[in-house]
Amino acid sequence: MGLLSGQTAKTDVTLLPCGDTALVVEFGDTIDRSLSETVLRLQARVHSATLPGVLETVPTFRSLMIHYDPTSTCAADLSQQVLALAHTKDTVTPRRRGWRVPVCYEPDYAPDLAAVAKSTGLSPDAVVSLHLSVRYHVYMIGFLPGFPYMGDLPPQLVLPRHEDPRVRIPVGAVAIARSMTGIYPVESPGGWHLIGRTPVPMFDVRSASPSLLAPGDAVAFAPIDAAAYQEILAASKAGEYRLDCTEEAA
Amino acid sequence: MIAHLKVRDAGMHTTLQDLGRFGFQSMGVPVSGALDSISLMLANRLVGNHDNTAALENLYHGATLEVCADSVRVALTGSATPLQVLSNGESDMTEIPPWRSVLLRRGQVLRVGAVRGSVCCYLAVAGGFDIPPCLDSLSTYVRGAFGGFAGRALRVGDALPLVLFNVRDNGDQYFPNPPELDTQQPLRVVLGPQQHHFTDEALEIFLSSSYTVSPHSDRMGMRLDGPRLRHRSGYNIVSDAIATGAIQVPGSGQPIVLLADHQTTGGYPKIANVISADLPRAGRLRPGDSLRFQAIELAQAEVIRREQVTQLDAMAAELRPVAVNR
Repeated sequence: MGLLSGQTAKTDVTLLPCGDTALVVEFGDTIDRSLSETVLRLQARVHSATLPGVLETVPTFRSLMIHYDPTSTCAADLSQQVLALAHTKDTVTPRRRGWRVPVCYEPDYAPDLAAVAKSTGLSPDAVVSLHLSVRYHVYMIGFLPGFPYMGDLPPQLVLPRHEDPRVRIPVGAVAIARSMTGIYPVESPGGWHLIGRTPVPMFDVRSASPSLLAPGDAVAFAPIDAAAYQEILAASKAGEYRLDCTEEAA
Repeated sequence: MIAHLKVRDAGMHTTLQDLGRFGFQSMGVPVSGALDSISLMLANRLVGNHDNTAALENLYHGATLEVCADSVRVALTGSATPLQVLSNGESDMTEIPPWRSVLLRRGQVLRVGAVRGSVCCYLAVAGGFDIPPCLDSLSTYVRGAFGGFAGRALRVGDALPLVLFNVRDNGDQYFPNPPELDTQQPLRVVLGPQQHHFTDEALEIFLSSSYTVSPHSDRMGMRLDGPRLRHRSGYNIVSDAIATGAIQVPGSGQPIVLLADHQTTGGYPKIANVISADLPRAGRLRPGDSLRFQAIELAQAEVIRREQVTQLDAMAAELRPVAVNR
């Protein structure tokens, strides 16, 4: 049961309390591009509205979480304000960033590529071509600092996660699971299938905006060989590499 | 040599924590910060710091530190553990009760030891530590290896630089009525956001049973052992975001209360969320402690939080100078 619910032009919206410090604005319960765009548009409106007591917002596949300071506002007031924003029409076209992230798919950098090829009945080259065939939408960042959930994968590449997660996945591993592709920003355990590796740092605490990617970004992958991987890695470590993005209409 | 505290014994898991790192959760960065924010704030008030100044959070067994500064003023709060002060080449030992500040001089050694009455306690230093913040906060996030001192728990030999190289002689204070570290009252929760993923029976069990804090708990989550909570259909949801104090229930049916270092998003249904006023109390619970949950309305949670802020301000207003006896 929501605090408040209502209709936007296309979507039902439900406001759910998470204790007395966060409010979830839920638009659905599926992974869906248009649902994600609705979430991101509301996030942009909440940011520009600078509502009293709002600390930060977290977009996910299906909802926007609004973290707030309960000593500066209350759920009832915030709910009214947010619902009004959910019903607002945008006057400006939203913008998004476009990236081309270099990925090495050579066997040493892609420990699960052969197994993925076997599971999907494709050749390793066909798996790579399919992975390169999509310009992905960053739905959300989560699980680890800077870990992007990007979709949607071509249906032929959809696989369940490993039943036994790997204990140690290296930094930069490009992975797939279900309808998503992601990049491990730090060494960590994980259950996704590793089909490539990028030398580009996904997360850098020394930056004021530490995650390279943000929800709403568009990401294409560009294949590179091992020599190029090592070159970019070395340049990146020396602080002489920067991946640029483009600005475009969303 | 710059003023610092030298780590003689790092304790079990001693980290710098402030009130948390906000503004980066959409990039997957956890809030972190003190498990018991009330005790951190009160420690800071005892030594004249801002509430958000980073202090040392001592988990289970605290640190032993040598004063390498002309003088420092410190305060230990959050547990029943007194601060042991070793002087004269460590041949003399005095105990300073918790919830008061004390001035220490170069060469003296302070020892926290076993933390009693809570899982954690806070050692604040007047002026704070001279360490640059990471992403606007000094809280340590050990899994991400950033924040605090070198992004990790303290180790023997670390030198923690101080902002002040000396403090004025008079100025020790104490709280005549420190907070009670009671862990007997139920933790109050607001149900949701996914309570409908659970059977009616599961909700009833959740609110009527006693749970035990598992030894597998850490700063990320307090795992509980107790009667199993059954999901209506499956235990995976399309990932959504997580608020501190969320109680998620994975396939095992054993609830996990998500604490300071919790992930920003997750794919398990959350049956309820501990109210903000009770989070510091949740943060004090030790493995083996038993606890119950009580559901209240959201509006009530907001009233309780505001009353708590008023009470804390009243408590801080009661700060008394320690009588000088030398």
